[in-house]
Amino acid sequence: MLIACPYCGARDAHEFAYRGDASPVRPDPAASDAAERFHDYVYLRDNPAGAHSEFWYHAAGCRRWIEVERDTVTHAIRSTRFADERRRA
Amino acid sequence: MRYSLFNVIVNGLTKNRYAERAWRDPEPKPEYDVVVVGGGGHGLATAYYLAKNHGLHNVAVVEKGWIGSGNAGRNTTIFRSNYLLPGNEPFYEWSVKLWEGLEQELNYNVMASQRGIVNLIHSDAQRDAYARRGNAMRLAGADSELLDVAQVRALAPFLDFDNARFPIKGGLLQARAGTARHDAVVWGYARGADLFGVDILQNCEVMGFLRGADGAVKGIETARGTIKAKKVALAVAGSSSRLAQRLGLRLPIESLVLQAFVSEGIKPLVPGVVTFGAGHFYISQSDKGGLVFGGDLDGYNSYAQRGNLPVIEDVLEGGMAVMPLIGRLRLLRQWAGLCDMSMDGSPIIDIGPLPGLYLNAGWSYGGFKATPASGWCFAHTIACDAPHPLTAAMRLDRFRTGHVIDEKGVGAQPNLH
Ligand SMILES: Cc1cc2nc3c(=O)[nH]c(=O)nc-3n(C[C@H](O)[C@H](O)[C@H](O)COP(=O)(O)OP(=O)(O)OC[C@H]3O[C@@H](n4cnc5c(N)ncnc54)[C@H](O)[C@@H]3O)c2cc1C
Ligand SMILES: [Zn+2]
Repeated sequence: MLIACPYCGARDAHEFAYRGDASPVRPDPAASDAAERFHDYVYLRDNPAGAHSEFWYHAAGCRRWIEVERDTVTHAIRSTRFADERRRA
Repeated sequence: MRYSLFNVIVNGLTKNRYAERAWRDPEPKPEYDVVVVGGGGHGLATAYYLAKNHGLHNVAVVEKGWIGSGNAGRNTTIFRSNYLLPGNEPFYEWSVKLWEGLEQELNYNVMASQRGIVNLIHSDAQRDAYARRGNAMRLAGADSELLDVAQVRALAPFLDFDNARFPIKGGLLQARAGTARHDAVVWGYARGADLFGVDILQNCEVMGFLRGADGAVKGIETARGTIKAKKVALAVAGSSSRLAQRLGLRLPIESLVLQAFVSEGIKPLVPGVVTFGAGHFYISQSDKGGLVFGGDLDGYNSYAQRGNLPVIEDVLEGGMAVMPLIGRLRLLRQWAGLCDMSMDGSPIIDIGPLPGLYLNAGWSYGGFKATPASGWCFAHTIACDAPHPLTAAMRLDRFRTGHVIDEKGVGAQPNLH
């Protein structure tokens, strides 16, 4: 599997460390239902068979976090971008 | 029909022309007391013990393909109980005890062979950890023995003992561990359940669920029609999230693939199971002579049911590091199965989370060994609506209460793979 790092270009998946599902959003610890939301955030997953947005850390390259949209059935990669672009968007 | 030496010989000589079917192929009934979804080892064992231990005979097992076509038919067949934590060890030890009597219990040759497992030790810290594990095993009634280098050498002289990076300094042996013929386990439980009247419905994919007004699960929609049930029990291994999704549920589970490999057949070489603790590689030899081995999960969410090359490379590197002679062998086959990976790496057996629903999931890459005890305890959970004492720690709400079963000692976290 090749992952197109926005900085380094297409590289073997071996160079990356998988950092899991990118969709959970860290809840506000001050919220009144924070305990329940943290349970969901830390443990529960959609785990879809199909399109999945996920983090890969380019450990053996530029060492940046990449957000990858990948199909978990075919391994086809639809898009990649730096993870912090999402925050800016 | 009970198998005996006499009828095995007669059926052999007559090429099975007069042999009876091992289980019936019935039409689905409109309603059952319990429907077990998933015809793997766990689902079939559950149905068997529901009938045998709890007297429930109006039971069906529904399987989307043919029974044993999931992980039950594609694992590396190792059973053992060398666990550490109190939430795990007594359960796996009960499973080993059931393995020891399984052939007599089922009147079926599952080829259970207690050939032993040795976990190699490469450092002083690892020796301490294995000594502790061995003691925990003994406290739970299992057997364990700490071996020095000479004893490991006597068992497995073909290993690379003086590897500069990972010298072998000893091992933890569980002599009662072993391997069993995985297909035969499925067939044995299927036949046993069928003899108690359990309907085994193959080519019967579950596509949806019947729900009551309160959300309770009241049956299943399948490729062979709608089937009502007082209780619906899921034991679908790597497909747990997909079925849970049809119920609007999210589980603390990710699906990953695990690969396995087999070499060409050779004369007897590997006496039991050997695991390379430093690199994650394990190997045994099948009765046909092929070396059967594997290593890590593919490391990222996948429903592909085929492996990727980086992990093949990684497993083979691990093999070469500990047992260089495998470099002389040809690889015959490689395959992969879909594993549920729970967020603490330990299984889930529980009532709920919806009324009428029962969950058996999260077995990761280690559920084959659990097959007998998983069926035993899940059947108890379903029949009695109470957790079995041996799986009381394996409930779903442990992630909410913080009582995770952190067997690997790396802290409760996703990304465990
Ligand atoms: C390569 C590999 C090696 C392994 N090695 C070992 C080992 O050495 N020792 C060990 O202890 N464990 C091992 N495991 C793990 C072990 O095989 C599994 O944990 C265990 O088999 C899971 O339980 P099961 O047998 O019921 O699952 P399965 O056999 O996978 O049963 C689940 C069944 O559910 C069916 N199903 C799914 N969705 C539906 C649906 N919608 N409707 C109807 N049916 C459905 C599937 O077709 C399947 O037959 C290994 C796994 C793999 C992949
Ligand atoms: Zn990069």
